[in-house]
Amino acid sequence: MKRSYLFGLALAAAFGASQAGAEELTGTLKNIKDTGAITLGFRDSSIPFSYLDDNQKPVGFAMDICYKVVDAVKKELKLDKLEVKLNPVTSSTRIPLLANGTIDLECGSTTNNAERQKQVTFTNTHFLTASRYVSKKSSNINSIDDLKGKTVVSTAGTTNIKQLTEANVARNLGANIIPAKDHAEAFLMVETDRAAAFVMDDILLASLVAGSKDPSIYVISKDAFSKPEPYGIMLRKDDPAFKKVVDAATAAVYTSGEGQKLYDQWFMAKIPPKGLNLNTPIGPELKAEFAKPSDSPDPDSYKPAM
Amino acid sequence: MNYHWNWHIFLEPNPMGTGTYLDMLLSGLWLTIGTGLAAWIIALVLGSIVGVLRTLPSRAASWIGFAYVEFFRNMPLLVQLFLWFFVLPELLPRTWGLWLKQLPHAPFYTAAIGIGLFMSARVAEQLRAGIGSLPRGQKMAATALGLNTVQTYAYVLLPMAFRIILPPLTSEFINTIKNTAVAITIGLLELTGEARSMQEFSFQVFEAFTAATVMYLLLNLVIVTAMRLIERAVAIPGYISGK
Repeated sequence: MKRSYLFGLALAAAFGASQAGAEELTGTLKNIKDTGAITLGFRDSSIPFSYLDDNQKPVGFAMDICYKVVDAVKKELKLDKLEVKLNPVTSSTRIPLLANGTIDLECGSTTNNAERQKQVTFTNTHFLTASRYVSKKSSNINSIDDLKGKTVVSTAGTTNIKQLTEANVARNLGANIIPAKDHAEAFLMVETDRAAAFVMDDILLASLVAGSKDPSIYVISKDAFSKPEPYGIMLRKDDPAFKKVVDAATAAVYTSGEGQKLYDQWFMAKIPPKGLNLNTPIGPELKAEFAKPSDSPDPDSYKPAM
Repeated sequence: MNYHWNWHIFLEPNPMGTGTYLDMLLSGLWLTIGTGLAAWIIALVLGSIVGVLRTLPSRAASWIGFAYVEFFRNMPLLVQLFLWFFVLPELLPRTWGLWLKQLPHAPFYTAAIGIGLFMSARVAEQLRAGIGSLPRGQKMAATALGLNTVQTYAYVLLPMAFRIILPPLTSEFINTIKNTAVAITIGLLELTGEARSMQEFSFQVFEAFTAATVMYLLLNLVIVTAMRLIERAVAIPGYISGK
């Protein structure tokens, strides 16, 4: 009897102690303060959002935004020094690594949608992209209806292949849809004529085309399979204190015009390592979102400014 | 760990509109079984032929067997599948290459044949070892009875050799099933591929791969049990694996 009473007391004391400490800082912010370090997850080939340059250093539009967030976190916690650790992630490892605390922010090109919000959360949208297709000019595919009966590839497990499957049924295309392991391989299928078209986020298509052997033989469609969908920097769910800091930091970047400057640097000018220029002017929806930042997963909430 | 477990996810409809997430994984499982079985049949047939070639008295035959085995077992399976799928059609004359590329279910056939060839080299080595482990007197006795080479193999050597190598063949069969996971690299959505797409859609990565693990485990348990039954059924009393 006595023993269990003592044990209960000890437990209560321990619990109370951890509660008292948690009152000031919780979750990720506390962890960052305790360790003096923040870990950013980066992708190795998500051009121009997050990828390795010729010095094997992660760079990109999303990386730059993440560094702004790091500055804000440093200021918030009043730290003199904040170490930034970088950790590579892939589409399969980003969730476990975020969940187990290996990374604090995922800086890449992850689509923010309602389904994924059940597991993670996103800060303000940094890009909007629609689902389009790339094909060879020589195959003369000018609209989605021209895909009738053709072989069309998309990357397995993406929202794009889902939209393609839906369009295939809804528009009676009868296209033969094949899934590919990743974007590079899907593009290779078009390059080697295994598939007539590759359906993907238009910005990723633009970077694949720009990086191909002969960019002039490809064309990206005008027709889109979807409304523009938001990309967001991913963070752990149920950590409102950290999300507040990150949201404020990204909002400050977008509304101050810094966002536009970064955009032009990565999408309108030559980028490392090969000096490609994606030449993709900012769309009206994203421009409106930068003026009024939003973390909504709903494509319908992003409208061009009037 | 900040992770939201949701074991009900399997009963939720998948975004491809083909039923639930469980249906998605099951369709992957069927594809794994289909690819694995097709590859295993190819591996067994070709492996037996090449294994026999390597033990024939003819110099040329054993050299061909040697070259075959070394070619297929010394290259990673991933590289082989990639070569068959992407490189081979480019090396053929253009019209043939185009025909090959436009074949329906190309990833399935490429995977079945590619994995089958890779595994056949291993089966061949097992069989060669099995034949080599037989006492030399058996072959001589067969010759003394007036059997020719084909008869010697068919009636004396192979029936014994196959019985001896049944246990390692079980491992090779299981390896064949597991190797089908490599086929996601050429776009075959087998069990691992479906688990990956499930985690991309739902972000429930641990649930997806736990289910895939359990399915692989059950499938391979069935194979092990079936092979044990075969072993017992064909065992010869008084001989190595017999009782």
